[in-house]
Amino acid sequence: MSARTSARASTGMPGPATAATGRGGPPGARHARPKGAWRRYWPQYVSISPFFLLFTVFMLVPVLFSLYLAFHKWNGLGEMEFVGPRNFELLMQDEMFWQALQNTFLIWFMSTIPMLFLALVVANMLNSAVRFTGFYRIAYFVPNVTSVVAVTIFFGSVFSTNFGLINAILQWLSASPVPWLVNEWTIKIVISAIICWQWTGYNAIIYLAGLQAIPSEMYEAARIDGAGPVQLFFRITIPMLRPIILFTVVVSTINGMQTFTEPQVLFGINSANNASSGGPGGAGLTAILYFYREAFNNNDYGYGAAIAWAVFVAILLFTAINWRIVQRRERGL
Amino acid sequence: MIATRLRAAALHLVLVVGALISLFPFYWTAVMATNTTKEMYQVPPRVTFGPALFENIGRLLSSIDFFGSMLNTLIVASCTTALVLFFDSIAAFAFAKYEFPGRRIMFGLLLLTYMLPMQLALIPQFVIMAELGWVGTLNALIVPAAANAFGIFWLRQYIKGAVPDDVLAAARIDGAGFFRQYWHVGLPAIRPGLAFLGITTFIAAWNDYTWPLIVMVDPSNLTLQVALSQLNTVHNLDYSLVLTGALLAVLPLAVVFVLFARGFIRDAMKGALRG
Repeated sequence: MSARTSARASTGMPGPATAATGRGGPPGARHARPKGAWRRYWPQYVSISPFFLLFTVFMLVPVLFSLYLAFHKWNGLGEMEFVGPRNFELLMQDEMFWQALQNTFLIWFMSTIPMLFLALVVANMLNSAVRFTGFYRIAYFVPNVTSVVAVTIFFGSVFSTNFGLINAILQWLSASPVPWLVNEWTIKIVISAIICWQWTGYNAIIYLAGLQAIPSEMYEAARIDGAGPVQLFFRITIPMLRPIILFTVVVSTINGMQTFTEPQVLFGINSANNASSGGPGGAGLTAILYFYREAFNNNDYGYGAAIAWAVFVAILLFTAINWRIVQRRERGL
Repeated sequence: MIATRLRAAALHLVLVVGALISLFPFYWTAVMATNTTKEMYQVPPRVTFGPALFENIGRLLSSIDFFGSMLNTLIVASCTTALVLFFDSIAAFAFAKYEFPGRRIMFGLLLLTYMLPMQLALIPQFVIMAELGWVGTLNALIVPAAANAFGIFWLRQYIKGAVPDDVLAAARIDGAGFFRQYWHVGLPAIRPGLAFLGITTFIAAWNDYTWPLIVMVDPSNLTLQVALSQLNTVHNLDYSLVLTGALLAVLPLAVVFVLFARGFIRDAMKGALRG
C-alpha cells in the first residue's frame, strides 16, 4: 500500500509478481552474466530505457555541465574562460543576490504560514461537514489547476493602484487607495496572496485525506477520558497528521524557494529598467528571477549557473531546517 | 437538536464564504472580459456581466495570434500527454511486475531524479536545444517532457494493485510475451490510472511557463502562457483585453477539470499520502 512496504516487497523475496510471471526464474538467475540477462530481459530494459535516455540527455548531463559552467565565464557565444571560484566569490559580495534571497524567504514566510494554517482549518471543517463535500472539494481545488500566468494577471489587475478593484472598494469606503505594486512590503503581500490563493485548497485536500485516515475510536476514547475539542485537536489531530504536515511543509518550501512566475509576470512591464527587475526597488526580485535575469537577459551563463547552484544549496539547507523544526515541534507536544 | 443544526449552518456558511473566495477570481475575470475597460474604471466598478465580450475578443485577436498560440499549446500538451502515457506506463509495468537484474538500482535512480531542481539544468538545456537547432520549435517543449519520474513512480504503485498476477500468468502460459502482456492485460486494467496521469500531464503542459519563456524566442510563434504574459506587458492597462485572454486560456482546462474532478482529486490525495 505505502511506498515503503512496496519498496520492501520489490527488494527482498521474489513476491507473487515474480512467481506469477515466471520470467524471474530462480533467485540465482539474478546473478546471471549481463549478456545472458540482456537476452532474457531485453523487453524490460527497452521499456524503461526512454526515461533514462531522456533523463541523461536533458537532465543529468545539463546538471553536470552547469556545475562546470559555474567555474567559467561565458556569454553563450565566444570561448569559455576558466575563472575558478570567482563567480562564487562575486556572488558572496553581490548585494542584489542577497536581497533576492531575502525577498524569497520573506515571500515564502508570508505565504506559507497563513496558507498551511488556513488549509488545516478548512480541512477540519470539511471533515465535519456531511453535505456538499463534492462541491467544496472542487471549489477549493480548482485554483490549483489554473495557470500561474493567468492568476497573476488577474491579481495584477485587482491590485492596480488607479483602476484596481481593491482600491475602488477602499475609495468607496472613503479610505485612501494603497499603491500596492509600488511599495516594498505591499509588493510582497500581493505575491504572497497569489501563492496563498493557489495553494490553500490543495493543502486542505491533502490534510483532509489524512484526517479521514484517523480512526474515530481514538477521538471517542479521548472524549470518554474528558478531552475537549482543543485538546482533541492538539493531542490527536496534529500528532496523527504529522507525516502529512511534514510533506506539505517540504513541498511548499521547495516550491516557495523557486518562486519565479508571479514576480516575472507582475513586473515584466517594468522594461524601462530591466524586463526582470522584480518591480520598484526590486522588492519582488526572487532568487530564481535573479538567476533568469543574469543568465537569459544579461547572457552571463557562468554567473547564472553559480546562482542556480547557490540557490539549490539554500533550498537543501532550508528544507532540512524546516524538516527538523516540524519534527521537533511535533515530538514536543 | 437546534444547537447542532445551528452549528452545521454556521459551518456551511464559513465553507461557502471560503469557496466564494476560491472561485471569485474566475467570476471577476469573466466580468472584466465582458465589459469595456472604461466601464471597469468607474467607481464603484460594475460587478455584473456586460455585453462587450465579442468586442474584447476582437481586440484580443488583433493584438496577438491567440488561436495560433493556443494551437501550439494544444499540440504540445497532447503530444506530451500521449508520449508520457505510453513511455511511463510501459516502464511502470516493467518495474511493477518483473524481476530483472539492476531493477532496484534503476528504480532508486529514478526516485533520486526527483531531487534535482529544474533551474540547475536550464542553461545547458538551452545550449543543447541551440545545438540541435530546436530553439523556437515545439520539439524543444515536447521531447524533454516525453517521460517523467513522477508518472512512472505513480503508475508503478497503481499497477501493483490493479493488474492481477494470475491473469498475467495465464497470458504467459498462452504464449504472450512481455509486450503482449502489457498491451492486452496491463493497459486495459489501468485505464483509470492513465486518466489521472493524463489529466495531470495535460494540465502541467498547458500551464508551463518558465521553459517555454526561455526557449520559444520567436514572438510570432509562442505558447499560450508566454503569449498571455507578453499581452500583459504590452497592454498592461487594458484589463478587459488582457483578462479576456486569461479567461479564454483558463476556460478549456477548468471545464476538463470540473468534468473529471471527483476521481482526479481522490487520486491526487492518494499520491500525496504515499509520498
